[in-house]
Amino acid sequence: MSNGDYIPPRQSALGQFFDSMFLLALVFAALFAPIYLGLAGGGKTELAIADKTTWTGLGQNPVMQAGWEKLGYTPETAAPLIASRFDYSFDLIALGVTALVVIGYFLLVVAFSKSEYREVIAERFGRKTD
Amino acid sequence: MSQTTAIHGEKISLLRVLGPGHVWALGVGIVLVGEYMGWNFSVGKGGAIAALIACWVAGLLYTCVAMIDSEVTSTVAAAGGQYAQAKHIVGPLMAFNVGLFLVFAYTMLEAANAITLGYLVQTVGGMAGATDAAGEALVLHDKPFIVLTIMFLAWLNYRGVYATLTFNLVITAIAFIAIIILFFAVKPWTGEVLKHNELLTGLPYDWIGVIAALHFGLWYYLGIEGTCQAAEEVRSPARSLPLGTMTGIMTLLIAATMTWYICAGLMPWEYLGQAVTPLFDAARFMDSMPLMVLLFIGTIFSTLASANGCINDASRAWFSMARDRYLPQWFGAVHPKYRTPYRAIVFLVPVAVLFAYYAPLDQVITFSILSGLLGYTFMTFNVIMFRRKWPLGTIQRGYVHPMHPLPALVLLVLCGATYFAVFLGYGTQLMAMMLFFIIASLWFHFHRYRYVRRGDQFSMPWPRPQGDY
Repeated sequence: MSNGDYIPPRQSALGQFFDSMFLLALVFAALFAPIYLGLAGGGKTELAIADKTTWTGLGQNPVMQAGWEKLGYTPETAAPLIASRFDYSFDLIALGVTALVVIGYFLLVVAFSKSEYREVIAERFGRKTD
Repeated sequence: MSQTTAIHGEKISLLRVLGPGHVWALGVGIVLVGEYMGWNFSVGKGGAIAALIACWVAGLLYTCVAMIDSEVTSTVAAAGGQYAQAKHIVGPLMAFNVGLFLVFAYTMLEAANAITLGYLVQTVGGMAGATDAAGEALVLHDKPFIVLTIMFLAWLNYRGVYATLTFNLVITAIAFIAIIILFFAVKPWTGEVLKHNELLTGLPYDWIGVIAALHFGLWYYLGIEGTCQAAEEVRSPARSLPLGTMTGIMTLLIAATMTWYICAGLMPWEYLGQAVTPLFDAARFMDSMPLMVLLFIGTIFSTLASANGCINDASRAWFSMARDRYLPQWFGAVHPKYRTPYRAIVFLVPVAVLFAYYAPLDQVITFSILSGLLGYTFMTFNVIMFRRKWPLGTIQRGYVHPMHPLPALVLLVLCGATYFAVFLGYGTQLMAMMLFFIIASLWFHFHRYRYVRRGDQFSMPWPRPQGDY
């Protein structure tokens, strides 16, 4: 290594503590916020089923019926599971924004990484003279 | 190459004690739990047939991951796995992000394992029918088991990697054998037990359900790339890492297909799509106490093996980042007696406990899958940059994957499809995760990077990279 190497400052114990807490707070905010704001999980809809009191009304054949009963279900307790469906309708603008955020994130990281990587290579192998 | 850390002025390194069997156990051990729980949420998102298609498409995705990862890892054999790769090939900020992907993917998976274990103990406690003095049914609470599981495994990891992964090797093998025994018990060569004709109902969501099912289809294999986390502790990385990883992915493909075949032939898809312990439920269908006990043990062992491997991998990624000052240096210490990254292990315990305690299983799994998915997306351009900066013949590679860049391109397309699958139903979590990584990246680039020694980030004995550097 040459004498022009970057010498990083020494981080105090308090600084290390604050950095750890910042990251921890960011982790919990990102992971718990959708759950506590009720925004997490798939949008669901419910099938309109006229007769929820019989297996036939729920569209279950004898083998399915035997399976439900083996698992301890009655038509009434199984009905919410059978009627529940994910709602896959979506807004194209929301999809576009999400795609832009994902692609933009990777572009940002690669661009910043490239400038940092040049410093790493310059210190490790020396600056290019040509 | 074995990197070291200074403790009280003495240089201490991680121990090189692991063989290919341990690498297999680390990879399969983390992932096999995906057959015992979680994969079946893909049935909920698209139906049973969609889940099978998702299983195979995800298998293709992970074959690409294993091929790419085997080449890069067998060449960049340092603790931290993909983190060390990103540091040498893309740059420090990418490495910081990859380190966080790994920590999140494994810590969330660890939390999911603890939730499943707690639920199973609670279910079996309920089936035992215990009552109090007044004859009321006693409810066994799952929370103490969740906390105890994480604490016990963290302690095991704290004490040493060899004992930890040897323990994993044994319990993973037992959990895998349990699936094979159940497969033969349902007599798949007859139509006596399995009723696929009557239970398979086509595609309830049409083809969009097949794409949506890819979201949880990843769960069959998520974590196999963890094999390279222990690169610095493997005796012969160039041989053991590709061998352990490729045999691991083959084991998982077989186990995943058997698991789908058993469960889809026994349970209505609407139940299977939301079950917490589908393989244990499958054993309940057989009216056989020994089988139920075996699958109970299999589920418990698979969750323990997975959580154990997750603690091992997440702590090593955290440790590696701290050693490079991407995180506070305090976490970069190796235990003077046990030679483990003990501070990183202890720090991640409360994160896993809090999520296992408060978050629903499908949310925890989604966070883990998203972190993994971001990591797989990184692998696509990472391997292309690797081949451009150091073409074949310029450095010694332990393994060269065939058909480059086809695996990277296939992986990129499949990752794109999986982002869309997560967006279908879990778009908010996807955006929250992306915002987190964008803020964390800005924090690193403009604040944390000042503490990083530039030249030290490149430690491999390679020539200068080709290109504009």
